[in-house]
Amino acid sequence: MEDLLAARLQMAISLGFHIIFSCIGIAMPFLMAIAEYRWIKTGERVYQDLAKAWSKGVAIFFATGAVSGTVLSFELGLLWPRFMEHAGSIFGMPFSWEGTAFFVEAIALGLFLYGWDRLRPWVHWGAGLVVGISGVASGIFVVSANAWMNAPAGFDWVNGQAVNVDPVVAMFNAAWLSQAIHMTLAAFVATGFGVAGLHAILLLRHPNSRFHQKAMTIALTVAAVTALLQPLSGDFSAKDVAKRQPAKLAAMESHFETTQPADLVVGGIPDVDAQKVDYAIRIPNLLSFLAHGSFDAEVTGLDAIPRDEWPPVLITHIAFQLMVAFGMAMAFVGLLFLFFRWKRPSLLRKRWWLRLVGIMTPLGFLAVEFGWTVTEVGRQPWIIYGIMKTKDAVTPMPGLQYPFLFFTFIYLVLSVVLVWLMRRQIMTLPQKYESVKYEQ
Amino acid sequence: MLVDIVILFLAISIVFYFLFGGADFGAGVLEYFTGRTHRQTIAHAIGPVWEANHVWLILVVVILFMGFPRLYSTLSTYLHIPLVLLLLGIILRGTAFTYMHYDAIEDRSTRLYNSLFRVSSVLTPLFLGIVVGAAILGRIDPEAETFYAGFIRPWFNGFSFSVGLFTIGLFTLLAAIFMIGETDDLEEKEVFTRAAGRVQILTVFFGIMVFGSGYAYGLPMLQMFFNSWIAITCVILATLSLPLLWYFLKRGDVLLTRLLAGLQILLVLGAWFWIQAPVVIRIQSGVNLTFNNTVAPEATILQLVLALIVGSCIILPSLYFLMKTFKGEQFSQRSDSRR
Repeated sequence: MEDLLAARLQMAISLGFHIIFSCIGIAMPFLMAIAEYRWIKTGERVYQDLAKAWSKGVAIFFATGAVSGTVLSFELGLLWPRFMEHAGSIFGMPFSWEGTAFFVEAIALGLFLYGWDRLRPWVHWGAGLVVGISGVASGIFVVSANAWMNAPAGFDWVNGQAVNVDPVVAMFNAAWLSQAIHMTLAAFVATGFGVAGLHAILLLRHPNSRFHQKAMTIALTVAAVTALLQPLSGDFSAKDVAKRQPAKLAAMESHFETTQPADLVVGGIPDVDAQKVDYAIRIPNLLSFLAHGSFDAEVTGLDAIPRDEWPPVLITHIAFQLMVAFGMAMAFVGLLFLFFRWKRPSLLRKRWWLRLVGIMTPLGFLAVEFGWTVTEVGRQPWIIYGIMKTKDAVTPMPGLQYPFLFFTFIYLVLSVVLVWLMRRQIMTLPQKYESVKYEQ
Repeated sequence: MLVDIVILFLAISIVFYFLFGGADFGAGVLEYFTGRTHRQTIAHAIGPVWEANHVWLILVVVILFMGFPRLYSTLSTYLHIPLVLLLLGIILRGTAFTYMHYDAIEDRSTRLYNSLFRVSSVLTPLFLGIVVGAAILGRIDPEAETFYAGFIRPWFNGFSFSVGLFTIGLFTLLAAIFMIGETDDLEEKEVFTRAAGRVQILTVFFGIMVFGSGYAYGLPMLQMFFNSWIAITCVILATLSLPLLWYFLKRGDVLLTRLLAGLQILLVLGAWFWIQAPVVIRIQSGVNLTFNNTVAPEATILQLVLALIVGSCIILPSLYFLMKTFKGEQFSQRSDSRR
């Protein structure tokens, strides 16, 4: 295997693994805070049990996320030392703040997990909230650093060296806001549906469990609201990408030829050599509108990009289509949920509804993975867009397939263990919480 | 100077990682000396704080790549292999400990978590020490032409391994002394005290190995210590405080023994840095890397200083609150028992 490919795959696997735990770390504290808030307010035991049961899962996921994040902070240098040598001093600033945010998150989580009996209820609740807020901040900082790779700013590139470095300009680059909003919402959508789906599946088995009903309602409410906001944020992101990274947008849409106006390509499989898309649905003029806000705007196609600067079209296109499809599905289910809650609460206990929510379990996380694939693969061949190519950033160490296989193996084992651990957590739930003690 | 503030923070982060993270890793190694009967006490002591300890390392990494990018890229290029093994240790240890604690069902899996936890508690400080040793040994060679010379020879040698073993020893000693104050059971205190004694002998032995192998690999350690009055002062103080440490250990004074053990780490690290200052990484062919010749542009350093200072203003009070919540009552209990 080629060294560059191995390095890219190792990075992809490490990021793809870590992002799941980041999402959970961002959103779960808020779900727990809602449950604990209701416990403090109503005194109903079911809410405290729920917050405690969730916190066990969070502890397991947080520890995994902490170590996979540490691995990433090293991997940046292990795999891309030439990138870090130049970029470190420019885009390092958000990481320096992320350090603080993560530190606070770890401290507050320690208080939350071990402090049930030692802290007063509101202090304990506040600690949980701090975990969530610093988790969101962490996420935004890291995404801002990634956004810099898409929209490099805050330096001049002279003869292969960065001069006039301004890390503040670099941190608040043109892409940071749209990416930060999209990712933060995605974390809530993915975790919300993930949790709601799991409890829906458990409700199919234990239809009268108040524990699972409350859990599903809290998670679905958060998921529904954020899933409905996500398309708006997606539109903001698309317009931003169209302006800054026309090659990425063209690859997402398999838009081979610059046209005015441009059709939106839905689905399909791009044939890069023939420069066409098979089996796709075309909606006239819609891409012009989505990319530039006007139905007859010109949209840059891949023909305007030098051939050696094309991103991998097939991967970017399919990942983008799947992300949008899953996002739309979740927004639709979210809308249904809000409508049922408002008008038809009885439908929320139907088996077909529980099955539908159960199907949603992995969808948000898959959408996150596909979204990151679009961001990262769509930026290729650049590591710093327009400045440095990925192939010039990779470490000179040969034999990179071995660390790649090694880390893949580790992450695979960890994933299996995590699934197994979660199963064991859930298996022990009936004795703890699903008994009749919550009968009203 | 702003750079000096960054270096100070880097030093503090390294010292704290060695102190708190070190005691934490050492606690895992300690089981090899005390047997499994005391496992619960150890797990209980490190449970609430290990994740916060962990963050010091991330801080070190971030300060390096933002403030001194070439130090970071040089280490991560030529010490790729030991760093990967260090990461393996960090992954296994963090996950095994948490999974062990949070697994809903106790069965044979506990044994597996435990052995992974212990093995990785040894592995991580070993490779941490190897990396530190390789940075000073001077075999890192950007012009190396073979895989062996470029990526193996810098760290795969007796000197680096001696530093690794010495690091394990120091961490375990720290943990043993920390654990003495974590239990109220007199018999258990005795077990940890005895372990501390044995570990200390081992650590001194490993320290001599570092010196010896230094000479074997062309590092005249003794002369190097005399090059800097700070380094030699650190060494003398560290040696003088050893008998004091033993005296207070015998008297059972928890706070003073802990402080003295922490001081040992501080002095060892101080001596280590000052024997080669201002060089941070020795390079086989070419210019040695110092903070000065790798420092980031001024605007970056300013932002880094800001982030570090504001960050500490947030972190330190929270950390104090965490410690007070979980370790506070032990402090008061201890002063009670002495009265």
